[in-house]
Amino acid sequence: MNNQIFTLRVNGADHDVADSWLGESLLDVLRDRIGMMGSKGACTQGECGSCSVIVDGSLVCSCLVMAATAVDQEIVTIEGVAPVGAPSDVQRAFVDAGAVQCGFCTPGLIMAVHDLLERTPEPSDTEIREELAGNVCRCTGYGRIIDAVQQVSVARTTMAEGAR
Amino acid sequence: MTDTLTGTTDRTAIRPGTIGDSPVRPDGIEKVQGTYEFSSDLSADGCLFGATLRSPHPSARIVSIDVSAAWKISGVEAVITADDVPGQATYGLISQDQPVFASDVVRYVGEPVAAVAAIDPETARRALAANDVTYEVLQPLLDPEVAIAGGHDPIHPDGNLIRHQRIVHGDTSATGPIVIEGTYEIGMQDQAFLGLEAAIAHPDQGADGVELHVATQWLHEDRKQIAACLGFSEDKVRLVLGGVGGAFGAREDISLQVHSCLLALRLGRPVRMAYSRAESFLGHVHRHPATIWMRHHADADGRLVNVEARFVFDGGAYASTSSAVLINGITMTPGPYRCDNGTVDGFAVRTNHLPCGAMRGFGAVQACFAYESQMDRIAAAAGITAEEVRLLNAMRTGDTLLTGQPVLNVAPVEECIRETAALPLPDEPVGGHARADGSPDAMKLPGGAGRTADAGDIVRGIGWGVSIKNLMYSENFDDYSTARCRLADGVATLKFATAEVGQGFITIAGQIARTVLGVDDVVLDTIDTTIGSAGSTSASRQTWMSGGAVDAACRAARERLFEAVGAAHGIEPVRLMIDGTDVIDTSGDLRVPVAEASAGLDIDETVEYHHPKTDDLDENGQGNCHTAFAFVAHRAVVDVDPELGLVKVVQIATAQDVGNALNPLSVTGQIEGGIAQGLGLALMEEIIQVDGVIRNPNFTDYLLPTFLDMPPVVATLIEQPDPHAPLGAKGVGEPPCISSTPAIVAAIRDALRQAGVEKPLNRVPVRPSDICL
Repeated sequence: MNNQIFTLRVNGADHDVADSWLGESLLDVLRDRIGMMGSKGACTQGECGSCSVIVDGSLVCSCLVMAATAVDQEIVTIEGVAPVGAPSDVQRAFVDAGAVQCGFCTPGLIMAVHDLLERTPEPSDTEIREELAGNVCRCTGYGRIIDAVQQVSVARTTMAEGAR
Repeated sequence: MTDTLTGTTDRTAIRPGTIGDSPVRPDGIEKVQGTYEFSSDLSADGCLFGATLRSPHPSARIVSIDVSAAWKISGVEAVITADDVPGQATYGLISQDQPVFASDVVRYVGEPVAAVAAIDPETARRALAANDVTYEVLQPLLDPEVAIAGGHDPIHPDGNLIRHQRIVHGDTSATGPIVIEGTYEIGMQDQAFLGLEAAIAHPDQGADGVELHVATQWLHEDRKQIAACLGFSEDKVRLVLGGVGGAFGAREDISLQVHSCLLALRLGRPVRMAYSRAESFLGHVHRHPATIWMRHHADADGRLVNVEARFVFDGGAYASTSSAVLINGITMTPGPYRCDNGTVDGFAVRTNHLPCGAMRGFGAVQACFAYESQMDRIAAAAGITAEEVRLLNAMRTGDTLLTGQPVLNVAPVEECIRETAALPLPDEPVGGHARADGSPDAMKLPGGAGRTADAGDIVRGIGWGVSIKNLMYSENFDDYSTARCRLADGVATLKFATAEVGQGFITIAGQIARTVLGVDDVVLDTIDTTIGSAGSTSASRQTWMSGGAVDAACRAARERLFEAVGAAHGIEPVRLMIDGTDVIDTSGDLRVPVAEASAGLDIDETVEYHHPKTDDLDENGQGNCHTAFAFVAHRAVVDVDPELGLVKVVQIATAQDVGNALNPLSVTGQIEGGIAQGLGLALMEEIIQVDGVIRNPNFTDYLLPTFLDMPPVVATLIEQPDPHAPLGAKGVGEPPCISSTPAIVAAIRDALRQAGVEKPLNRVPVRPSDICL
């Protein structure tokens, strides 16, 4: 333990973190110190992606990031994707397409899909699979998740073309 | 998306949200927004953190347990051992043979020895490390055959044989010109749900009762076992379902339930416990590893004449559901095929391996890998195709199992095979389509990201798997379900204790109520033990059992509604029915919206749904022991690099006997998710134990199928409503993971054959070395 306080900027707001131990993971600090329980821990070694968050624009496993190294960086978690009750297009598509069963992998996947579609608006099947291969889902067999990603891609492209 | 789903039912006239539609999950928005509370997200003011001290040895005598050093650590609030269990010292699903804490001996690596509670998880972990347990290490029993032969002293007072059951049926000496013999091995698979074991226990004032919020599959069974160990009557223990992050059988047994309640009662404060992934591998039961010998006798055409088999299931240190897994396995020996004669010897034994119990498919998975491997060899001997041998032998309604039990359910085995065969093969060439620039798409090759395979070396194979699964519990077990329906002002409120583990029962419960009662608004009450048992979310049984209970409770409420409407309008209630969202008079003009008809009423009906009684098996394994059956066919297409031993599954086609698809999107999710677990068992998933010590208790070394491993699934739903099922609907959860495994392995064998290599591949998961060496 040390009593040094550091500040994390999460979803646009500053959070002072006290009582954190040196080397405590960003996942544990988000959940246990700041009280944001949306990011999930399922393997705590970067294999399953359930804890995915965005740090300074990069998708990372928050279980592998030391919280203290994320000072002065913009952290976006599942809580920062959309206001409660007003889901994003990706979140809505996951529900509509049947991409959610137990839902434990879902917050991490939502982060990964938003990240993917921002970088690659019209991903191929292979691109979706390769980009999301760091997120394990044990319930769905992935088919409906891929469907959800494609639905959002098509909807966004259609909307962009309509705007032209 | 190349995935397709076809079915045989016209769904155009379905009212939104009712049976046959695919409304969204009621918990969907919370889950995608991260606000859904899983059991691992639960906390309470002033709560402490529990942790479990576990045995490092597969077999040892406990000489002493010294907890004094742990007590000296600031922040440690409790240290408990077997001496602190006030009630029954052991628990277990079928026989109560597992200690809450080991006291005299430990029987597997990971067996709980003590538990601590502290002010934070780090302090709890330090307290565990400070405990000093002295062990006298014993020679472990690790070979199931030694257990059967009596070659090791009993490792448990109940002995080393958990159950032996024979099946003897028909002319056991019958034979034919084709005799095929083989021995098959199935490795130990983990359920690997993502949401780790977690619970929070709230003690009552005065510590004379406790409320436990826990992720489980069966609240009432947990309560029974917890109460016995706490020395409480059941009414002093209340369970509430904490958000469940997947289950797949691993939450049917007790893990941290008793420990967390003991700590909370000891301290008079809430206690949270949560397992790490490594601890989870030790803390729940797994799929039984099995060795299965089979000898099939067939006529020259490939028609089954007789089957002999010997099953050995390694149950690990404690019995759990081993005896039921054994029965499922051996009664499925011939698979979904007619066979009049057979002899089966089945053993479930105790060893010092990790305890095994329920996992999706429950014994039927192991049997299926053996019998489907045999069917392909029979086909080869008879000179017919894999598809032909299965059509030739396909079971029909009215055929009997080796137990003498007739299969009275819809049994569309032939339709499953034909509809699977009719699904299109993948349009991708071997090695996948080239990329836009003409270069090969490495991600489509076996080995994927490794980019090691050369497209020119790849061979493609096709394989089949067909299976039968019993639904609900067997052998005279009354696994009933309870549901309550209240109806007032056009709103139906449903109450049940059915564990929602991700499968979507809460979605179909609402659909049933909307259909039966003509309401749009359905409220789901808390899932807890303040109503009667729903039985376990396992054995593909909740759609049938809890769906049946919800349906019956809603029908009972509807009767009360009709009585009220009839009284108000001077009409015999029997003339009334629901049409859409209205109550109508079938022989008159009356049409009243249900919302209006139920205004001011307070209808409240609770119903138990029971399936027909089943029988025990006699000493020859004869008896109507199963409740109902479902069937499925799988066809796998794989690309294989024979030199490197790498496999890429290209497509799985399937036609599944679902009875009536209450929610086709949910059914699709079960099909695809189950196939992924079948693929995992075929190719990568195995808990490795060396000298009784698990070597891969983490997701780096225990491999799970990813987006890149899982191929597109093309599926057809065979919809023949089952007259025995309350809604015509069969359970759909387990069949997808049963025959997908042998289909994939058969496809690998087929690919190798085309490369001029004959490999038995008699063991799953298939390793690269099994293919290329």
